[in-house]
Amino acid sequence: MSLRWLPSLRGSEVTDRRLYLDRRRFLATTAAGVLLSAVASTRSSRAAPLSGVVPGPFSTDEEQTPFSDVTTYNNFYELGPDKDDPAKNAGRFRVRPWSVAIEGECAKPGVIAYEDLIRPHRLEERVYRLRCVEGWSMVIPWVGMPLAKVLERFEPNSRAKFVEFTTIYAPDQLPGQRLPLLNWPYREALRMDEAMHPLTIFAVGLYGEELLPQNGAPIRLVVPWKYGFKSIKSIVSIRFREDQPVTTWSQAAPSEYGFYANVNPNVDHPRWSQAKERRIGEFFRRETLMFNGYADQVAGLYAGMDLARHY
Amino acid sequence: MRRRRLGLVKAGVFLICLLPLSILAWDAVAGNLGVNPIEAVTRRLGDWAIRFLIIALAVTPVRRLTGWGEVARYRRMLGLFAFFYAILHVFSYVGLDHFFAWGDIWADIVKRRYITVGLLAVLLLLPLAVTSTAGMVRRLGGRRWRLLHRLVYPAGMLAVLHFYMLVKADWREPLLYGAIVGALLGYRVVNALYTRPRPVRA
Repeated sequence: MSLRWLPSLRGSEVTDRRLYLDRRRFLATTAAGVLLSAVASTRSSRAAPLSGVVPGPFSTDEEQTPFSDVTTYNNFYELGPDKDDPAKNAGRFRVRPWSVAIEGECAKPGVIAYEDLIRPHRLEERVYRLRCVEGWSMVIPWVGMPLAKVLERFEPNSRAKFVEFTTIYAPDQLPGQRLPLLNWPYREALRMDEAMHPLTIFAVGLYGEELLPQNGAPIRLVVPWKYGFKSIKSIVSIRFREDQPVTTWSQAAPSEYGFYANVNPNVDHPRWSQAKERRIGEFFRRETLMFNGYADQVAGLYAGMDLARHY
Repeated sequence: MRRRRLGLVKAGVFLICLLPLSILAWDAVAGNLGVNPIEAVTRRLGDWAIRFLIIALAVTPVRRLTGWGEVARYRRMLGLFAFFYAILHVFSYVGLDHFFAWGDIWADIVKRRYITVGLLAVLLLLPLAVTSTAGMVRRLGGRRWRLLHRLVYPAGMLAVLHFYMLVKADWREPLLYGAIVGALLGYRVVNALYTRPRPVRA
């Protein structure tokens, strides 16, 4: 019987991830009887470790969702609509070389290579809650840098009220983009004050390693107080804009997904309640927190706004 | 001899119908249900409820179109398996997904239209399961029994609608099921129109 069926364990009771992976590997190889080949194959499926990562602010000490769950249960429709599709289809997605186009209302537009984009920044670990609009959640130790520090380098001007991000469009590598699931390429956006908020980061890794393709390699947004779909993956363009951009999900179903998409237990999705969530690995649903538990940091951004209308 | 062979075939079909449940049980024990096993159990049981409903709905058209009369012997069993998987699907939603939080469940039934629709489909199947025995057919009389069992048609439509309504963006599977149910029910409509009792020829 899988452990997942049991109520949540305390952090101290949880097997260390490395040991856990080793145990899995051991079980698998005992059957095969060939230890070495399996070690090699396991290694090849892991990403490169990131160096010089320092602990960042705002991290939660909640029990972290295991690496194997974070990397095999994904909503990344570009790699297929089912949760296990992205990990299965990740093989053909080439995440190097990579560059990001900087466009719109800023003093320094241009195309910048991924390496040049991240080089000036110190990588921080941020352990954040992730709440999906579908009603499940995880706790993920991201590695990245504050988005504000990145955006400042391009000197957005006074007309920059919003910042829009676009995911790569490459149907030859991303089989989901050959299906008319969404209006490709995927687009997301933040209000400038949301983008510059210290909680908002660009992530380039998790669990101390580079992002795997299914998690949005090589660079993605993480906005922990908003539903997961706002945290756009595999970004190829950043555009500063004066007008509010149209985002992919709000275009696909405007009555269900708004521009703001702040986690809010009091405003239901038209088709299901948002009051509770299932933390991956736990049996019982838990209460969803206002702004995903980040109300102290971000509630001020929305002072005076009717959050039932601006969902 | 023939009766014995039929008995064996029937037992075989029964076991095949239990296969999805056996595989699900195996996957649960082996930890193969992925990262969100409760969702996986509920979804898989729901998938099989719809599939068996479609298979049961296909029996009569298949019999008429191919003349393969023997298939009708399995209609009741297939229909009952559709009900069986539908009930397990409901149990999974009530017991695993919500762990008997009746307040939440009631709110879901009232507010979430796809839950309302799904529950309605199961409720329509309930009297059909109850009246599936030979004794019940006798008690109701063939005519009334057949009339009652036409409830399987709206149940099939509601089941597909329930699936369609809960999907976020990938509508391929519910649309496929919808097309099959549409064809199976459409066949009956066409058939009824063309086999209407004709005026007696002079």
